[in-house]
Amino acid sequence: MWDNATITMLLEGTRDTLYMTLVSTFFGYVLGLPLGILLTITDKEGIHPNAVVYKVLDVIVNILRSIPFLILLILVIPLTRLLVGKTYGSTATIVPLVVAAAPFVARMVESSLKEVDPGVIEAAVSMGAGTPTIIWKVLLAESRTSLLVGVTIAVGTILGYSAMAGTVGGGGLGDIAIRYGYYRYQTDIMLVTIVILVVLVQILQGIGMMLSRKLDKRKA
Amino acid sequence: MEPMIQVENLCKSFSTKNGTVEAARNISFSIEKGEIFGIIGLSGAGKSTLVRCLNLLERPTSGTVRVNGKNLTELSEKELRKERQNIGMIFQHFNLLMQRTALDNVCFPMEIAGISKKEARKKALEYLKVVGLEEKALSYPSQLSGGQKQRVAIARVLASDPKILLCDEATSALDPQTTKAILELIKEINRDYGITVVVITHEMSVVQEICNRVAVLESGTLVESGTVEELFRSPKTEAARRLVFSGRTQIQKMEGKRLVRVTFQDKSSFEPVIANLVLTYRTPVNILYADTKNIGGAAEGEMILQLPEIEEIADKMIQYLKDTNMGVEELKSDVG
Repeated sequence: MWDNATITMLLEGTRDTLYMTLVSTFFGYVLGLPLGILLTITDKEGIHPNAVVYKVLDVIVNILRSIPFLILLILVIPLTRLLVGKTYGSTATIVPLVVAAAPFVARMVESSLKEVDPGVIEAAVSMGAGTPTIIWKVLLAESRTSLLVGVTIAVGTILGYSAMAGTVGGGGLGDIAIRYGYYRYQTDIMLVTIVILVVLVQILQGIGMMLSRKLDKRKA
Repeated sequence: MEPMIQVENLCKSFSTKNGTVEAARNISFSIEKGEIFGIIGLSGAGKSTLVRCLNLLERPTSGTVRVNGKNLTELSEKELRKERQNIGMIFQHFNLLMQRTALDNVCFPMEIAGISKKEARKKALEYLKVVGLEEKALSYPSQLSGGQKQRVAIARVLASDPKILLCDEATSALDPQTTKAILELIKEINRDYGITVVVITHEMSVVQEICNRVAVLESGTLVESGTVEELFRSPKTEAARRLVFSGRTQIQKMEGKRLVRVTFQDKSSFEPVIANLVLTYRTPVNILYADTKNIGGAAEGEMILQLPEIEEIADKMIQYLKDTNMGVEELKSDVG
């Protein structure tokens, strides 16, 4: 099995998986981070309580979070076609991945930001800080460790989702595992893809945790 | 001259699941420029709510709060933010940014005010010097003790060059020695920078240590106010008595006999008043408690005497003590 073609295929699969995962995480945060911030500040205890906004966002996030990813993959096909022009391959997979990741990211961001001591926020308000300052310099800055742990978890989850997208021709390692391991009974190739996936998760997890430890000044 | 802080008919109520809670009921008082004003009350009396109404962290349900000549409740959001920069606040749990060094914490209000980073750092270092923590400039709050954290918080307040400092139970999480040092620092700041200070506390000792005037709060109502000496010598209300007599529960058990609380100043302590009293009436009295406290720089003595059971003699003794210019007050046996 270790001919050049297979190795090239595995390398390309790894590249595609990383591409899908990282780009989806990025766009997941582009959408999820502001959403999480909005959920935090419009909550009852937030700095701008707004029951209507909170409830609407809360419901949207919950609905998106409850749709199984495989179903979501199919549901967003029209959107994918609109945005990418085709519905197969790694770039096309990024669309459902982002749709799945954004609400998930929003919840994690929300939970991280809510860990920030309300007293510290109150102190900032008492100093005359405006909302952007509080969001940027208090909420995000103080919870950066927790946010980074969140990113690490998000990357791992999105990597897993991207492999699932292989079942519908999503490209990447998951696609290879399905095509060779499942349809052609080439268990060895499937095992190799699994090993590569495990190693990728380990590396990404390791980097995330290391960064978050480095940035944490809360412990003496 | 207009008072620095003027509160009129302030009411604040919260609606909770169990109905409406009135945290402040029709409160009025004013604080002069340069004063150290105490607001004392037991927990749940509404102190924290009241102090938060002074910088509108809590918006009053009704009434006005005038600070430095401006009616805060009428200001726009932006004007209010500007005004808050004149009202520094320190907290029981310090509320420092945990991910910033002491120096960067002190820089924070200057960032809000739009001062350049370079100048902010230079000034921050000066303020840390004022509070005696310059060598800890690059430490993170987690590496500092409680007292040091409160010093950083005080430096952070100074950084916004405020006219007023609100202290919300600022020493309640500190040990007695550190409390003394922090109170000393607050006094220094009041003196050197002319900053008006409002101290919220449940401890009479804090009020005695630094305040000029004090207001007693009970269940959201301001029940008594006056100079600290007045409150100490003759607390008029039950709430004030409880605070002045706090920590002396053993007296509660002395039932049946008449108790008087006698207060005296430096001068009267030179005369052997009690000995003379006993000699005059040839009946012994029992000294249950005696202490001297430093109130606003002057020594104030306090003593609790158990008088003889014979009513006639007891009455005469009370009159005798009153004639010697001491503060005399008969205690009910249930005062604790």
